[in-house]
Amino acid sequence: MEKPLTQHIRKDGRPLTLKEYEAVGGYQALRKILKMTPKEVQVLVKESNLRGRGGAGFNTGLKWSFVPLNAPKPKYLIANADEMEPGTFKDRILLENTPHQLIEGMILSAYAIQANESFVFLRWAYKTAAAVITNAIQEAYQAGYLGNNILGSGFDLNMHLHIGVGRYMCGEETALLNSLEGKRAIPRAKPPFPQVSGLFGRPTIVNNVETLCNIPHIINNGAEWFQKLSHTGDAGTKLYGVSGKVKKPGAWELPMGTTMRELIEEHAGGMQDGLKFRGALPGGASTDFLVSEHMDVPMDYTSVAAAGSRLGTGTLIVLDDKTCPVGFVENLQHFFAQESCGFCTPCREGLPWVEKILESIDSGEGRHEDLELLEYHTKALSPGHTFCALAPGAMEPLQSALKYFREDFETHINEHRCPY
Amino acid sequence: MATLYIDNKPHEIKPGNSLLETCLSLGFDLPYFCWHPALGSVGACRQCAVKVFKDADDKKGRLMMSCMEPATDNQRISILDKDAVEFRAGVIEWLMTNHPHDCPVCDEGGSCHLQDMTVMTGHAYRRFQYKKRTHLNQNLGPFINHEMNRCIQCYRCVRFYNDYAGGTDFGVFASKANVYFGRHEEGTLESEFSGNLAEVCPTGVFTDKTLKQHYTRKWDLTMSPSICQHCSLGCNIIAGERYGDLRMITNRYHGEINGYFICDRGRYGYEFVNSEGRIRQPILHQHVVDREKILTEVSVLLKNSKVIGIGSPRASLQSNFVLKELVGKAHFYQGVSTREQSMDELALAILKDGPVRTPSMKEVEEADAVLILGEDLTNTAPMLALAIRQSIRQEPMKEAAKISIPPWNDAAVREVIQDKKGPLYVATVAETKLDDVATSTYRAAPEEMARLGFAVAHLLDQTAPEVIGLNEADLALANRIVHSLLSAERPVIISGSSCQSESVMKAAANVSWALHKKNKNVGIVLTVPECNSLGLAMMGGNPMEAAFQAVENGEADTVIIMENDLYRHSSKTVADKFISRCKNVIVLDHSHHATSANAHVLIPAGTFAEADGTLVNNEGRAQRFFQVQESANTIKESWRWLLDIGAASDNARIKQWKNFDDITVTIANEEKLFNGIDKVSPPSDQRMADGQRVPRQPHRYSGRTSMLANVNVSEPKPPEDYDSGMSYTMEGSRTLPPSSMIPFFWSPGWNSVQSVNKYQKEVGTALRDGDPGVRLLETNSDSPVDYFKEIPEKFRAIKNQLWIVSVYHIFGSEELSAKSASVAQRVPGSYLLIHRNDSEALKLTEGEIIEFQIKEQQYRLPIKWSDSIAQGTAGLPIGLNSVPYVDLPAWGILKK
Amino acid sequence: MLTTEEKYEIDKAIHHVPEKKAACIEALKVVQSHRRWISNETLCEVAEYMEMSPDALEAVSTFYNMLFRKPVGRHVILLCDSISCWVMGYKELQQQITKRLGITLGETTTDDRFTLLPNCCLGTCDCAPALMIDNDLYRNVTTEQLDEILKKYE
Repeated sequence: MEKPLTQHIRKDGRPLTLKEYEAVGGYQALRKILKMTPKEVQVLVKESNLRGRGGAGFNTGLKWSFVPLNAPKPKYLIANADEMEPGTFKDRILLENTPHQLIEGMILSAYAIQANESFVFLRWAYKTAAAVITNAIQEAYQAGYLGNNILGSGFDLNMHLHIGVGRYMCGEETALLNSLEGKRAIPRAKPPFPQVSGLFGRPTIVNNVETLCNIPHIINNGAEWFQKLSHTGDAGTKLYGVSGKVKKPGAWELPMGTTMRELIEEHAGGMQDGLKFRGALPGGASTDFLVSEHMDVPMDYTSVAAAGSRLGTGTLIVLDDKTCPVGFVENLQHFFAQESCGFCTPCREGLPWVEKILESIDSGEGRHEDLELLEYHTKALSPGHTFCALAPGAMEPLQSALKYFREDFETHINEHRCPY
Repeated sequence: MATLYIDNKPHEIKPGNSLLETCLSLGFDLPYFCWHPALGSVGACRQCAVKVFKDADDKKGRLMMSCMEPATDNQRISILDKDAVEFRAGVIEWLMTNHPHDCPVCDEGGSCHLQDMTVMTGHAYRRFQYKKRTHLNQNLGPFINHEMNRCIQCYRCVRFYNDYAGGTDFGVFASKANVYFGRHEEGTLESEFSGNLAEVCPTGVFTDKTLKQHYTRKWDLTMSPSICQHCSLGCNIIAGERYGDLRMITNRYHGEINGYFICDRGRYGYEFVNSEGRIRQPILHQHVVDREKILTEVSVLLKNSKVIGIGSPRASLQSNFVLKELVGKAHFYQGVSTREQSMDELALAILKDGPVRTPSMKEVEEADAVLILGEDLTNTAPMLALAIRQSIRQEPMKEAAKISIPPWNDAAVREVIQDKKGPLYVATVAETKLDDVATSTYRAAPEEMARLGFAVAHLLDQTAPEVIGLNEADLALANRIVHSLLSAERPVIISGSSCQSESVMKAAANVSWALHKKNKNVGIVLTVPECNSLGLAMMGGNPMEAAFQAVENGEADTVIIMENDLYRHSSKTVADKFISRCKNVIVLDHSHHATSANAHVLIPAGTFAEADGTLVNNEGRAQRFFQVQESANTIKESWRWLLDIGAASDNARIKQWKNFDDITVTIANEEKLFNGIDKVSPPSDQRMADGQRVPRQPHRYSGRTSMLANVNVSEPKPPEDYDSGMSYTMEGSRTLPPSSMIPFFWSPGWNSVQSVNKYQKEVGTALRDGDPGVRLLETNSDSPVDYFKEIPEKFRAIKNQLWIVSVYHIFGSEELSAKSASVAQRVPGSYLLIHRNDSEALKLTEGEIIEFQIKEQQYRLPIKWSDSIAQGTAGLPIGLNSVPYVDLPAWGILKK
Repeated sequence: MLTTEEKYEIDKAIHHVPEKKAACIEALKVVQSHRRWISNETLCEVAEYMEMSPDALEAVSTFYNMLFRKPVGRHVILLCDSISCWVMGYKELQQQITKRLGITLGETTTDDRFTLLPNCCLGTCDCAPALMIDNDLYRNVTTEQLDEILKKYE
């Protein structure tokens, strides 16, 4: 089983140096593409069917193709390393261990859209990654992989590390741009899309870390190879993760389309003793619950969507039978209400209301009509009704909890207490 | 044109506007909060959701925010769709979760957009059962009251204050359901446009603090269409009265002039009307007398003395005209200094005879390059400064258009523009508040500014006179200006009379004419000192010095001074001497001042609130203001007093005139320049189609209540208006009044000022039957260009002297607004502005007293430092009560 | 007054962006790293240096979780309260901290030693519950380990 993203990660936890990365074929893809046209790179990546690993799953090559290639400088490429989806810790592994894989991926992507400025937008909490990336960028500059006239090609690229100051919104690409501009991280209206008017009003691409790390391998091995890595129609490998009350929580690079059963039972070692699986959020806090009946659903974009949820970040949060599902979603709604930027009405006012209702149900003060109000919000806060995807994302675990664990909500209300 | 299907009915529309704007223009009631016609769309409140269908077969559709979607041909949308209706009610429900529902104690109640939208969406039952969040409020100074708990976070305040008006001391803080709008610390809002927050805010977060001191609900106000009296721009305002007090000034939309906004001087200057300093009774030799007595007395004086009349640039055309008629043309004086009069006449000549037309403020907003010569607009013509803040976006906005971002998509446009600004050159004596957006600033004595202007004109057209001896830096700047002006499609040149230099205004004219010869679509804007300065110049009259002369050499012994404080237009020595030489000083004015203190006869004139009149703004537009209230006292319009005096003294011509129309028609017929001013508003005997008058009070479904029931159950008869087709009560026609006679904006379901949408042809454009006023000075673009040729000498500093020029303050420099209690709190202390180096050379530091003399006038003023004023020059804040008048510019001789 | 060191670090950030004010978040981070938190005075100093109004900077400074506009102690405990840590029992850690230090969320010990703040996700969900003190991340924290951990910070 090929694990292109993680195969070279050292056991001792020390990041790969530039030399070590070069020794395993690092920066060969860069040499290769400098002989290709940007359009050829775009087409190759598009054909590989690499879909955005940040959660939305949009075809990466297609996204790039919306950048006007002949637009005057500057253009920007940004690595979204602001991994802040609760339950998600996959990019951290790539950032801390194989920084040059990300940097090379960024250079390749920048070349494909002819960007000459790039930023790594890193989560503040990733202190180790910050040091590792800082050092690696320096190494890359020294080796001539960054800066002016990269490897004598005439292509220039600068790269800077930007460390965020904590705000879930920054994961949303347009809010991230506002934050990079020194503004409040509120999302922007689309259109215009960042590809046309992004950072500082210039054409910009924002890609997730895992997405970018895949690029060197696609360049080196081709689109077909990449597609074959997967068990299913969605190409490549995927960094999956499991947290919650399992025996061995962790993250693993596996073929796209690995089932939830394999992830939980095999890789995570099964549920902790005495606990039963009740459900899981398949891709971070803003995805719908999957339950036992979905155990054998291949974890790829298409199949998870067909099962009524989203692959999201591919990191499962497991709910066991001794944990209160009402408290579980209450915690999630608290998070989303706190992280609402306050720009649009439904999110700003709706989420705290939802949180208050759940609080009151959880503390035994709920009423039956509260369930109707919760249902109402899951519909009222749907995509398009709000300015960005935060509140609709928040509604995903709630609506599926109401569907799969409704009796738990009712017990809270009927018994005026939390039964857990 | 295109077709938009709304709930399956086709409508002819102009494609490209947002769906929201399109629906509102078509007359649909679609609720909104964050959108504002002048501020565009951002999609924050989610209130304006409609269903949008892919095609005729799509029955499901998608909810979309109508403010964020462009209207396209053959598009199908639904406003009445059940999902859309429910969602819109839901948005209100969300907003209400934290809104305090304190309408009964809220100043906004009854004219609240949030109330209107709540009723419109039908949300009434509250399902939210938890504690509301609360905030602390801030003291934001004398103009604006702050009550954050009512906030619905529409973001319009910060978008207006910061993005639109360029304010920097206001913002949006915190996040989530805790968002806060205010200042980073308590304190007076610095923007000159802060009062607009009261109208921009859809609810009662920001309200008019002066209104609070004599609070009245909108439905209890008697309101009239009026014209701001506090500068020359002629912004349209609504003046509201109750129980004899003027309570509130709000914006009256005018598509070509002030649009949706007015400045704080215009909004808050009104309190002089209610002030203690009013002249309320006729006074004869210090004794209050009645109307008959004063009329007899004055008519006797007229018969037995040699009378002259001094008019006023702040009095209406009607008042000036009747005074001129009463004393005879030869004995009518304009009431401004010779210099001021020559500046006004020069401005008139340039606008009247030159080939370049003067644009409206709306057109200035659309200019893509601006050159300002000599005007600190924020302080002399504030709304023009606001227009310029919009114009600097024009050039960079072309970039947004290139990538198909419509101009109404506000956030996206600002993102593309970033901090890029179109060309704006500001040449002034000292720092201005527009410097932050200027491409280049130029600080110099007026002579040097004129030379720069002349140089620009010459570079544009070699046949314009050449400036000899221009230094390299100035030449380089002139070249940059030329480049910008030539690259622009719609350049505008702005100058005026504030530095009291004819050369500066002439230089500006030359620049505009040179551009005109290059076939540029150029405009020239000239500001003048007072609300009717241009009207007075058009009417003509002798210079005031000639009046002093006439009394001095015995040709006259009695003077009628109308709405004029001579001490603001001539030095104390001269004015004292003149008054002491007059046998009889008759003052006709509404407020006490230095001149009225010396009057033998004092006649109580009406302010704009108690008067009808016509003013001519700096654009040459004649506009009518309507009386708001009938005074309980003998207060009357100046022109009405003069009619009575004329009648009492058996003046054959004046005796024929009975009301406002009689005078106005006479002016229009007899004075060529005023042809058409009788068309500014309908005649007083004209009624609405239903035969009724236009009511000054909003309709109350419960009927009119007796206002004086506490005094007497027999209600007095309401006053009648002989001068216009308006009534003083709510009784009257309930159809849309002519645009010149809109006393307030109201439409069924729209009690707030947002109802203005219903009065426009299309949202944001002209009022339904055209924006009011008549432009009197349309130029002929074929007029030959006859350049001004006298270029001033280079400015040379003189040792131990300072070349003193006027500087201005929005609050303080203008006579009437400075008498307003709230404005008075914002008037600065007196000072002399000099360059730090000049000050240090004199071994004086900031704040220390500098003593100097201009002509016979002595000054002792604290020093204020400037880093940019030209060395050898100094700025004197003329017009402040604490700074005695002097004719400037002039040399100030320093005391050792 | 900003120190030379602070100015040097801020200038470095300014260098990376096309407009000075785009570096304002960096500037706030810099001063916070030197001064623990951003007082009103500090805010005004940074605003002046960045050629922004204090109000414009305050709009930004009050938006982000990790910019402190209120005083914090010498050490800041960031307790992850997100879903994985909730499942794994962060509340017990919180109770233990309160018991040991006498402070709840948002509070600072009277000796100015610790401030306890909630934090949404530290990105180490496979090792929940987690907390961070200053720059040190602690994973799989048990109530028993807490005393030892706290002891390291004086």
